[in-house]
Amino acid sequence: MILPSFIIIPLLATFIITLIAGKKDGWAIVISLIAVSSLFILSLFAFFAMGSQTITYSMGNWPVPYGIVLVMDAFTSFMLIMVSLISLTSLLFSIQYIRQLSMDWKYYALFMLLFSGMNGVIITGDLFNLFVFMEIALLSAFALVAYGSRAEEFEAAFKYAVMGSVSSSIILVGIAVTYGATSTLTLAKIAEILPQKDPVILLWIGGLFMAGFGLKAAAMPFHAWLPDAHSSAPAPISSMLSGVLIKALGVYALIRIFFNVLGAPLIFMQIFMVMGVVSIIIGVFLAIAQWDMKRLLAYHSISQIGYILLGMGLATPLGIIGAVYHLFNHALFKSLLFYNAGAVEMAIGTRDLKRMGNLSKLLPVTSHTSMVASLSIAGIPPFNGFFSKLVIIIAAIQAGQPILAFLAVIGSILTLASFMKVQRYGFRGEREIEKVKTKIGWSMNLAMLSIAVLCLVTSIMIIPGIKEVTLDPVMVAIMNKAEYIQLVMGR
Amino acid sequence: MTVYLLCFILFLVGLYGVLTKRDLIKIVLALTIMANAANLFLILFGYNANAGYPILSEGVVPGPMVDPLTQAMVLTAIVIELGATALLVAFVVRLFQKYKTFDITKIRRLSG
Repeated sequence: MILPSFIIIPLLATFIITLIAGKKDGWAIVISLIAVSSLFILSLFAFFAMGSQTITYSMGNWPVPYGIVLVMDAFTSFMLIMVSLISLTSLLFSIQYIRQLSMDWKYYALFMLLFSGMNGVIITGDLFNLFVFMEIALLSAFALVAYGSRAEEFEAAFKYAVMGSVSSSIILVGIAVTYGATSTLTLAKIAEILPQKDPVILLWIGGLFMAGFGLKAAAMPFHAWLPDAHSSAPAPISSMLSGVLIKALGVYALIRIFFNVLGAPLIFMQIFMVMGVVSIIIGVFLAIAQWDMKRLLAYHSISQIGYILLGMGLATPLGIIGAVYHLFNHALFKSLLFYNAGAVEMAIGTRDLKRMGNLSKLLPVTSHTSMVASLSIAGIPPFNGFFSKLVIIIAAIQAGQPILAFLAVIGSILTLASFMKVQRYGFRGEREIEKVKTKIGWSMNLAMLSIAVLCLVTSIMIIPGIKEVTLDPVMVAIMNKAEYIQLVMGR
Repeated sequence: MTVYLLCFILFLVGLYGVLTKRDLIKIVLALTIMANAANLFLILFGYNANAGYPILSEGVVPGPMVDPLTQAMVLTAIVIELGATALLVAFVVRLFQKYKTFDITKIRRLSG
């Protein structure tokens, strides 16, 4: 019974916020914080209590292949923890940050709609339902990108909306082909029927879904919309988009469809590996040339998604562990970096690295947490980014792909270089700035500090003993297609 | 087979429009063409020329029927596309207010 509540609670919060909207918006913050934190606790409980169990819920009590089914396995609850954790800190960060744009209940209503859309995409076991929730999340994301209502924001939102609509149409054609071939929409049933069909159909379905969800995940040939959209949005929304939206809508859907449904076809896995490495290298080269801090971070999202795709494309247990682990770590440190950029922009009114300086005295919390996040993303040992990249690189060598592993190492070194640039010019720059325009409040500092602590804490997830309860159930849920079919179909 | 091919060509017409047109309104229209081609695909996969409508009533011998599920899905998809198109047009209106032009090549304050 807990499965529908992941969709119902945030949707209910949206409607309550819009109903009680008025002059005082304090309630909107309270309601959204309650909704997100209750779901965070619920997803933590689900992950650690369930272990490697799978539970399903049939909507309206329709039996499985006919009705919509909600599925919760270890991978689902892992993603739900990630989404609600980042949403919680993002809301904390928004309390002060959004007030300077406009103190508005619409922001919180759209935020909760985005949250429920992502939860729906993650929890559903039905292909068309996935499409519907994806559109809910996307439409609210378009509106949130344009929230600041400056000219650049509308430009970015329009580009984002055009690319999003194109990818949705491609996914809809993919769903049509899948339905035409298998006469069902339940993912588990499709997985059962599809191997008996013509292998050409597999190529069609795989190609269409790879293009559609690849556009959402912003992997290299499909990346053009990402830097504009993610750098123009308000900072907490940038962190939501870069931290979880491209993963929930892009990478999660890719992994679910290509592993649990299509059964990891070799040709697509090779394409993913190449796509991943190309994203790593070109993303980081584009990032290193940027002087706008948020734009630099947005290009790094492309590069880090490349690591996840590389680990996923290897399709070995170790590669999957690396991909899932990096998925979680990237959500943490990338959202932290966007919070830092937002705090700096609010305090001194610029995102240009050349015009920053002297920040370690003015904003001690921001500059220290940004140091933690930079070291994490660059892969320096005690922090989580090091371990996940190491796992992916080891997995690439074990799978007999030394060239790809070497390129991943090169990408990591260039990431370090570009974040040295951020630290050198941005936070420890020469420009003397006497005082800040706006003080950074406790809620923004709390959001940054909690994620910075988590950046250090999550590096224990790979230690043997803890790995067995955190990452291994997720890997088993992804790799075991036959078991997924069996558990969902209830046989 | 021809119908499917024509439908695919319609989809590509939409894609071509999105990629090459410079007018914002034309881009939105091209997106609508793409979305409707996708809807047509769904309808085509559920259609059978020799089948009846999927309503069981007295006096009608149950025979092959057109798949009603694809039609239900298209109905949902149309509603979603309506929302997306309305949002896109709203963006176009606000872009015109800000930039005083519909030309996408002149709307480039974001660089890189």
